[in-house]
Amino acid sequence: MKVVAAMSGGVDSAVAAARAVDAGHDVTGIHLALSRNPASYRSGARGCCTLEDANDARRAADVIGIPFYVWDLSERFHEDVVEDFMDEYAAGRTPNPCLRCNEKIKFAAVLDRALGLGFDAVATGHYAQLRTADDGLVELHRAVDHGKDQSYVLGVLTQDQLRGSVFPLGDTAKAEIRVEAAARGLLVAEKPDSHDICFVSDGDNAGWLREKLGERAPNHGGAIVDGESGEELGRHEGTYGFTIGQRRGLRLGTPAADGKPRFVLDIEPVSGTVTVGPREALTIDRIDADRSRWCGPAPTSYTGGVQLRAHGAEHAARVSVAGDAVSIELLDPAQGIAPGQAAVMYDGTRVLGSATIVATSRIGADA
Amino acid sequence: MHDAPETLPTEQTVYLDHAATTPMLPAALEVMTTHLRDVGNPSSLHASGRAARRIVEESRETIAQALNCRPGEVVFTSGGTEADNLALKGLYWARHDADPARVRILASAVEHHAVLDALHWLAAEEHAVVELLPVDVHGRLDLDALRASVARDPATVALVSVMWANNEVGTVQPIEDVVAVATEHGIPVHTDAVQAVGAIPVDFAASGVDALTLTGHKLGGPYGVGALIVRRELSLTPLLHGGGQERDIRSGTLDMPAIAGFAAAVEHAVKVQPEYAERMTALRDDLVRRVIGVVPDAHLHGDAVERLPGNAHLGFPDCEGDSLLMLLDARGIECSTGSACSAGVPQPSHVLLAMGCDEEGARHSLRFTLGRTTTGADIDELVEAIGPCVERARGARER
Repeated sequence: MKVVAAMSGGVDSAVAAARAVDAGHDVTGIHLALSRNPASYRSGARGCCTLEDANDARRAADVIGIPFYVWDLSERFHEDVVEDFMDEYAAGRTPNPCLRCNEKIKFAAVLDRALGLGFDAVATGHYAQLRTADDGLVELHRAVDHGKDQSYVLGVLTQDQLRGSVFPLGDTAKAEIRVEAAARGLLVAEKPDSHDICFVSDGDNAGWLREKLGERAPNHGGAIVDGESGEELGRHEGTYGFTIGQRRGLRLGTPAADGKPRFVLDIEPVSGTVTVGPREALTIDRIDADRSRWCGPAPTSYTGGVQLRAHGAEHAARVSVAGDAVSIELLDPAQGIAPGQAAVMYDGTRVLGSATIVATSRIGADA
Repeated sequence: MHDAPETLPTEQTVYLDHAATTPMLPAALEVMTTHLRDVGNPSSLHASGRAARRIVEESRETIAQALNCRPGEVVFTSGGTEADNLALKGLYWARHDADPARVRILASAVEHHAVLDALHWLAAEEHAVVELLPVDVHGRLDLDALRASVARDPATVALVSVMWANNEVGTVQPIEDVVAVATEHGIPVHTDAVQAVGAIPVDFAASGVDALTLTGHKLGGPYGVGALIVRRELSLTPLLHGGGQERDIRSGTLDMPAIAGFAAAVEHAVKVQPEYAERMTALRDDLVRRVIGVVPDAHLHGDAVERLPGNAHLGFPDCEGDSLLMLLDARGIECSTGSACSAGVPQPSHVLLAMGCDEEGARHSLRFTLGRTTTGADIDELVEAIGPCVERARGARER
């Protein structure tokens, strides 16, 4: 196949590109320029959008011996990922921009452009596996290295997108990838993993959102209230500084009656009210989600696994699907689940699809 | 550790990016590699030093003769960027020191980044007032705008800088007219002639310019060496301080082998310029005619007549230039989007924008530049490839 290897400048995508070459593909390295002003995105070794990263990707392509180009996706990225991120926070939700980037950029804008230019697929350094079933369906599975598995952030991909994808790293543990990178002479072998959101330069999400959203109504401050008593415990400067389940940074003057720490339970963007309470109040076992996307044919109702955050635990659940909407009943409860995050549904190691969480509740509490 | 990749144009490569850099002339390569074996710092007083010095001075005389200036007016630099920086900063400082009222610098909006960025720096750090003058749709300087800008307050103009020929679209500027406007008020004129020397006639003395930039690797010489030709009477404040090797304007040990190769290239390029221009013009016109034959809505950017002979800058509507470049590259055909890449992110060309092109039109363009090694077979290959590549790039955009 003719394959575009998306090369971030990190070790994973470099080894993925090299492995695609070894697999006999005709590989072209592509670095995605996601910021119009590269210096404004994260600097140093952790990012995926800096000048240094572009150079690292270029040098990896040299060593692998493949052509290399930079594709400017900055406008699409800003519209589809950065603005969505701001809108979601402004609406009191907690988005996952990596899923959004995979859905809209890497396996949409980039894949479309690649297919248009005569390529067959996009290879990335995601830890996940693709298998072709007997009926020809391409299945997405968790990586062998469950600790590094990234199938969660790929749960938004449709069958067409999966058919245009290559994930060469899914069968290997991360530690081995570093060893392999060193053996291949790739200088990025020791480069640290990236963890933060690439367009937030210093990792301070709340500070970034405060600056970007600024005075954008209706999100410029409000009360922090106790979930049980309704008492106002303090004030805050914007709901985007909070996410469900957050404990740090509440800066409450009055200690709780029981002396235990309090957590964010709810964010109401219109009134700006942030509700806090004890850890137990975070426990939920029912999730309503919409915007479902399926990796193959849409399932109806079934019992399987659900993962509710990147690198989170898998919960056993009963899932019922009605059009775009998905109702999830967790058989073992979860804590601190935020609207806006994705619920990714599994059957064993296989990803069935995903949906965006809109509401959570506690059946057990009501009963 | 790794095998060195082949970087010279090969039999398999159709190299149409000679404005970026062009292969060294055999004579230049020969003289440079010969002298790389020699020992002797041109500033040393002993026999080896004198021998090296002699090569440098003979090279200076060769270049002076080729460009019609005095040998003492040739200041060797590390290339075009340094020469441009030396001219602009050196002239600005000297003129401003002599009369603090001289704060304005006038330049065309289509200058190379080596000029524009130096001017931006002077504006930001030295409080120079930089005025970028408009060009017409073909990229030719608006002389009335220059006249009006000078006339507004001639005593405050420190210098004027207008390139001899544009590196992107190939448009040749009316340098004599620029000089006529400036000299009336005693304002010095600098010109970046990096693309012009060897391609079109360049006569320093006859042109009346006060400072002229040229560089080795654009005309068949080595990388990393160039010169600023500066009128003897003009004082320049140096950028680099050290041994004062070059008229106390420029310091640094002289790179004798590179200077010798540079001089050999200038001599040859200027000598064969008329035949070269004739051959390039014929090939270029053939390229443009046949590419438009295959892609009827493709169109030439820049002035059709006042143009560098080897330059074909073409707009391909609805076709991303960088997609097209990649598709052609995959077929072994090498060209340029013509725009400067900052951080590998292609920015819309300031030259095309100044010519009234919109951002999309600026992105939908490619520059093909011909040179000494270009043959009719290269044009044939491009003409054969361009149709399918444009179609594919357009298809990719519509998805």
